[in-house]
Amino acid sequence: MSRDWPLWEVFVRSRRGLSHVHVGSLHAPDAEMALRNARDLYTRRQEGVSLWVVPASAIAASSPDEKDSFFDPAADKVYRHPTFYDVPEGVDHL
Amino acid sequence: MMQCSVTDSVTVEDVYGNDFTAPDQPAQPTRPAASDEPASFRDVLAADGRIEPRDEMPEGYRRTLIRQIAQHAHSEIIGMQPEGNWISRAPSLRRKAILMAKVQDEAGHGLYLYAAAETLGVDRADLLDQLHSGRQKYSSIFNYPTLTWADVGAIGWLVDGAAIVNQVPLCRCSYGPYGRAMVRVCKEESFHQRQGFEILHTLAKGTDAQRAMAQDAVDRYWWPSLMMFGPPDDDSPNSAQSMAWGIKRHSNDDLRQRFVDMTVPQSEALGLSLPDPEIAWNSDRGHYDFGEVDFTELFEVIRGNGPCNAERMAHRVRAHEDGAWVREAATAYADKRSRQARPPKAEEGAA
Amino acid sequence: MAGLFGYTLALADDALISAQRMSWWISRAPQLEEDVALANIGLDQLGQARLLLAYAGEVEAAGRGEDDLAYLRDEREFRNVCLVEREQTDFGVTMARLLIFSAWQCELYAALSRSADATLAGVAGKAVKEVAYHLDHASRWVVRLGDGTDVSHQRMQAGLDAEWPWAAELFDDAFLDTGLVDSGVAALPSSLRDAVDAGVSAVIDEATLTRPDVATHYSAGRDGRHTEQLGFLLAEMQHLARSHPGATW
Repeated sequence: MSRDWPLWEVFVRSRRGLSHVHVGSLHAPDAEMALRNARDLYTRRQEGVSLWVVPASAIAASSPDEKDSFFDPAADKVYRHPTFYDVPEGVDHL
Repeated sequence: MMQCSVTDSVTVEDVYGNDFTAPDQPAQPTRPAASDEPASFRDVLAADGRIEPRDEMPEGYRRTLIRQIAQHAHSEIIGMQPEGNWISRAPSLRRKAILMAKVQDEAGHGLYLYAAAETLGVDRADLLDQLHSGRQKYSSIFNYPTLTWADVGAIGWLVDGAAIVNQVPLCRCSYGPYGRAMVRVCKEESFHQRQGFEILHTLAKGTDAQRAMAQDAVDRYWWPSLMMFGPPDDDSPNSAQSMAWGIKRHSNDDLRQRFVDMTVPQSEALGLSLPDPEIAWNSDRGHYDFGEVDFTELFEVIRGNGPCNAERMAHRVRAHEDGAWVREAATAYADKRSRQARPPKAEEGAA
Repeated sequence: MAGLFGYTLALADDALISAQRMSWWISRAPQLEEDVALANIGLDQLGQARLLLAYAGEVEAAGRGEDDLAYLRDEREFRNVCLVEREQTDFGVTMARLLIFSAWQCELYAALSRSADATLAGVAGKAVKEVAYHLDHASRWVVRLGDGTDVSHQRMQAGLDAEWPWAAELFDDAFLDTGLVDSGVAALPSSLRDAVDAGVSAVIDEATLTRPDVATHYSAGRDGRHTEQLGFLLAEMQHLARSHPGATW
């Protein structure tokens, strides 16, 4: 029994000015058909003005095992956020 | 009280995100002791957070989700058939267009759900094989025939209505991809229920023959719709586990009651009766009372003895087998193209 | 000779009968993604048919709407080409027919978008974008099937051979009142032939297929002389509406 076509991840720009956002996946034999399937499946209610498809196998993802070393060290760098700083009363537009 | 054996099995019924089995058939595996669950998993659930694909999760949770999402997806694609049956005969071009778009949505919903299942490490092709070989089930409601045009209305109003009641809580399912797929499905599903109601409303206001057609369809689809919520809570061995895991958010009986409360006033607006003399408002409970659901028939249908079980499967398997040469051709073409795009080995070495 | 009513009706019937055949595929396509794609194409065709039927009814000014025209005419009153009315339960046949039909519709609607008749120009201007997508879809599949496996090559060639003899009717001027062409309302069917032929031939070449060398079938759907299959199609499509005369749905 032959296997299914490869899996593609689909990203849709919902309107101009916004980034492409991941919406789901689908199967297609190649990139051309993947784009067309994505158009038919994910934009039939005018959900998009632009599409990306990426082979699911081409995505490198961070692992949940690395979550602590990847993301926790950012937690104590409060000085990166504007709310960290005291602003004297009456000073605006800062 | 129905007997429910609790052993490992694949012959479980899923109804649009509900999960139950006929009483003499084995149910799904029981939950491992909570202590077997990874701490990270327990912490996320305790905070009502979402589990994402690569997170640690107990094997039972993963298997329960794969089965439930797959069977939900199977239900969507088998569900194309009873209504698809009327596309060629829709009585106006407007109705034909609506019905085509609706049945198309069901294919789309199946695709969203298969995609969610694949995030758990299974292949869609394998899930389809399990459907085609009868190892995984789909909702029994689709084993009833659509005998008249009014059935298209009754399916939209009652079956999709029941599905929505089941599915809305699934938008908050603890498994992220399933919840996100359900958000998309629920958004699209509300058009389905409305078009069904509109069909029945038009028929109920129409000629005597149309009105009779509408009443007949409601009479046939009412009880099967109530059965879609599964057996009473006391007899639903899988429910407690799924609720603890945040896959299921409300009990079968609660959802069934919610559906009845929603639907009775709508039937009055339609001027159609529901085939249950016991339906009455109970002001003490603040809910409608209704008659006891006889699950004998449902379990017969689950066992494969429904009016259309064989046809639905044959239709699906035929489509899959007839399409094999097309799928293979597209794969062969893609392979040729990617070989052509790659420079020959010798030149690679020279460079 | 078809005047504006007959011409509009012919184009409407082409789209309507195509949609009816296309909708058969929903739940039967080779892959789920293709169920969705073919449903989209069928919906586009049905949408074109509804606009054109409504306009035909307006032109006729006899009180007939889209549903009267779709459901209450008999075989001999339908004006579609025979190409679109025959069964299409083979994917190769379906893609061959869609290739020919959508290539023709692309040229037709492009020409009609400049029609002197504002309504036809409006409908065509919207539809031309839809059929461009249909042509794209059909072309990609014909290429993949033609240049796929040995089996698919044979089946795609067989599909093309089966549809080719029915294409000639698309370019037959005989049914049309040429006054409509002179006044810039209609597109002369034969004037579309070279462009359609060039487009289809390019796809056939890319697909490693052979241009069929087969005789043209005698067909006169534009005059209401159809294959035997149209009667069954209409019986199925119309029976419910006709069983309840005057009913609203």
